[in-house]
Parts: sequence; structure tokens; C-alpha cells
Amino acid sequence: MSGFIHALWQYQFLQNALLAGLLASLACGVVGSYVVVRRIGFLAGGISHSVLGGMGAALFFGWSPMLGALAAALVAAVLIGWVSLARREREDTLIGAVWAVGMAAGILFISRTPGYNVDLMSYLFGDILMVPLGNLCVMLVGDLLLVLVVGLLYRHLLAVVFDEEFARLRGVPVTPLYLLLLSLVAVTVVLLIRVVGLILVIALLTLPAAIAGQYVDTLGRMMGLAVVIGMLLTTAGLALSYGPDLPAGSTIILVAGSAYLLSTAVGALSGRVQARRRARGPSGSRG
Amino acid sequence: MTGAAPAIELKEVSFSYGGPLVLERVSLEVPAGEFLGVVGPNAGGKSTLIKLILGLLMPDSGSVRLLGARPEQGRRRAGYVPQYPQFARDFPITVEQTVLMGRLGRGNLLGGWRRADREAAHRAMNGTQIADLARRRLHTLSGGQLQRVLLARALACDPQVLLLDEPTANIDMRLETDIFDLLKALNRRMTILVVSHDIGFVSRYVERVACVNRTLMCHSAAAIDGGVIQRLYGSAVHMVEHRHA
Repeated sequence: MSGFIHALWQYQFLQNALLAGLLASLACGVVGSYVVVRRIGFLAGGISHSVLGGMGAALFFGWSPMLGALAAALVAAVLIGWVSLARREREDTLIGAVWAVGMAAGILFISRTPGYNVDLMSYLFGDILMVPLGNLCVMLVGDLLLVLVVGLLYRHLLAVVFDEEFARLRGVPVTPLYLLLLSLVAVTVVLLIRVVGLILVIALLTLPAAIAGQYVDTLGRMMGLAVVIGMLLTTAGLALSYGPDLPAGSTIILVAGSAYLLSTAVGALSGRVQARRRARGPSGSRG
Repeated sequence: MTGAAPAIELKEVSFSYGGPLVLERVSLEVPAGEFLGVVGPNAGGKSTLIKLILGLLMPDSGSVRLLGARPEQGRRRAGYVPQYPQFARDFPITVEQTVLMGRLGRGNLLGGWRRADREAAHRAMNGTQIADLARRRLHTLSGGQLQRVLLARALACDPQVLLLDEPTANIDMRLETDIFDLLKALNRRMTILVVSHDIGFVSRYVERVACVNRTLMCHSAAAIDGGVIQRLYGSAVHMVEHRHA
């Protein structure tokens, strides 16, 4: 661990990696909380995997792969969101299709890209140690954008993820807001590709928020706590991976998964203890 | 108010979920200020009727008016207590935030709640005796407490019409009486339509009972007339409206 801290002082790439993890945690905590409470993890997975199609096409035609990723993510978000609102019973089929077709298209495009020298693995699993400074700036701008949108629309986004039917009755524009929310998920996924890659992104989107949800009473606090937890987990993962030279993205995800399991187990145990204490004590106020 | 227009008006409404008709040529007129009970067998179309009135479902044929307007417009002035709320019970949200949802659709899309919204939410929570639960998270509530939260959320809309779908299905008899006493008091300032499976109980409170049955073929109208209800439940029924075309 002290080796990591020492190296952190010395190497620019490690400082960039740390910053990338912190910036990613901000987006993940805020947007991931919506994903967790609305239970659209599978939907977010579909969006993130479809991204490869956009990146592949962009490489093939000589555009920026990140722009291709963003375009694919937004198209997938709107398509899946629209179908999930209109025909819920078709939702999982469509997500599965977008998921696989996006990846297949990406592989085909990449295989046909002249002068093939794309590091496919870094798209799939991330490469946090190679994040350039420009990418950090993009992440910072993206984070500010996400926080601004969520801050301004907090009440109404809460209404849509909490009780869509009731929100509709009150005249809230549910469909545009839901599509906007999925677009925020899309933007987050693209911001995170460099850090953990499009396969692992779903874990960073859901695990910190899911842990936070076990300890707080409101969505706003869940977001705040999820950001902090995400920052701790990415930093811990980065530090752990540095010494033995493990893949950083995968280490971060394993750390996050372990933390979630631990938190859930502790929560279940303490819940059982409390229930036993309640059962023994006098039956208090009604209900 | 809307003058002479009835609070709720259905004319020859038929509806199906793609299969057999759930409601067939249903007509109903609820004048402003009435307290109407809607009863009928399970899967008889009671919840469907409420969803048609609120414009959550569209009729295959016939017309629906709510407060003299199309349901999508009239429902802004209506409060709704669903039988099965759409939200997950473990959603991280407090009672106060839930009740505030009744204040949506007023003011700006952007920004936070205004003071008038918070005051209206607190009035609604006081009226339903849940003010002391304001900071509690939803999943810590009992069934009866949750029912009061849903009612408070509907009242926070400042509704002219209140529609309730089985508001006492999962709570005990004493709380059921509490809630119906509260509705009786609310009826002094708003029209109320309440769906219930308990004909005998609801008929002690309401002025009129509408009996909803899925289709003509499935159920005989003669099986549920005033005399039968009196024999079964031993309580007076002022009127049973039957429209099984």
C-alpha cells in the first residue's frame, strides 16, 4: 500500500487514474442510484454493451470512437426506453437483442477496419492506467452536466422513478423525463468506458448505489453516500491492483462486489438481531 | 366547481384487455358531492372502471367525462388511491416526500418544492393523522399506516373528486372503520367514489352502491339485489344500481 502512495506522488499516469476513478464515482453514484431504485440494471447493461457497435462503426469510418459510443448509447437508450414504456412485456427481449446485436456489429466493424490495431480489450474491460488528460476533462464536464440536470429536475425525476402512474396522473411529462433519465445512463456509461470498460461498467453503476441504499432514507442521501462509497472502492481497487500489477478495472469491480456482499451480509445479520430483540421486547405502538 | 356537470359520467363504455370484454356498455353518472360505493366480485371490472375514469385506460367504445372534461384534463383535479401502488415498498423515500408527490403538476418543472406545497402536504398528513410519521421511511410502515399515506398523497392534490380502489383491503376492521369515518367527513367537501369488496360494510357509509360485474353472461344480476344483501349482511342498502345491459 505504501508503494502505491509513493508511486502516486511520482507518476502522472497514476494520478490521472486516481482522478478518473473519482470522477467516475461521481457519475456512478448519482445516476446509479436511479438505476438501482428503478431496477433497470439489465436495461443499463443493454445500453452499455450496445456501445461497442457505435465504437466499431466510428473506427471503421474514421470518426472519434467516443462520439460513436455516445451516439450508440443514446440511440439504444431512447429505443429501449420507448419500448419499455409502451410495451413492457417486450422489454427484456429487446434489451437482449440490443445488447447482442450492438456487440456483434462492433466486432464486425472492427474486424473490417483497415490497419486493424484496435485494443479491443481496453474497450471491454477498461484501461484506467492509460487515461489521457483530455479524457479527464471530458469526464469533468460530463459530471457537471449530470449533476446540473439531476439537480434541476430532482423532484420530477424522483416522481418518475418512484411512481410513474401517479406522476402521469398529476400531469408530469413522464415519457420525456424517463427517456432523459436513460440518456443520463447512456452518458454515464460512455464516461466510464475508459475506467472499467463497457462490460464491467454495470457493476460500478449499481454496486455503490446498492450499498448506499442499505443505509439511508432518501434518494438524495443515497446518491451522496454512493458517490463517497464509489470513490473509496475505486481508489482501493486501484491501490490493490498496483503492487501485484493486476488489471485495475477488474480489481475495482471485485473490490466493489466484495463490499456489496459484505454489506448485505452484515445488514441481514443485524436485521435478524433487531427482529429478535423486537420480538422479545413489549409490543409497542400499533403497527 | 363545474356547475351542473356531473363529477363522473360514463356513457355506454365497453372495455377489454384484448380478450373478452371486462366492461360492457357501462353507464354511470355521479353528481358532485355524492359518496358512491362500487362493489362486485373479484375480476368484475371495478379497478378497470376507476382506471377508465382516470384516463389510465382508454375505452374501446363509449365516452368518459371527469369533472366535465376529458379524463386527461379532469384528473388534475382528482385524487387517486390505488389498490396496488406502483412503487416498490423498499424505495428510499420518506412519508413526507411521498405525500408531496400529490403536489406535482403545479408550478415549475425545475427546482424544489415551494412553501405552499409543504404546507398542503402537512395539512393532508394532519388530516389523515400521520404527521408524526413524516420522517419515517416508507418500508417501516404497517399496512394501515401506508394506506393513510396514500390517502394523504391523494388529498395533497386538493381534489374535487377522490377515487379509492379497495382502500381497506389489507387492514383490520377497526382501521377500516377509521378510514371510512374519515372519508365520510371528507365527503362534505368532495365527491368520493370508493371501490370495495365488502358490500355490507360500504353500504353503511355510502348513499348509493354501484354493482359492477364483468359481463352479462358470467353473472346473474338477480344474485345481488337489495334483498339478498340484506339477508347476507343484515344491513340497510339505500339503493343498488344495476346496469347489466
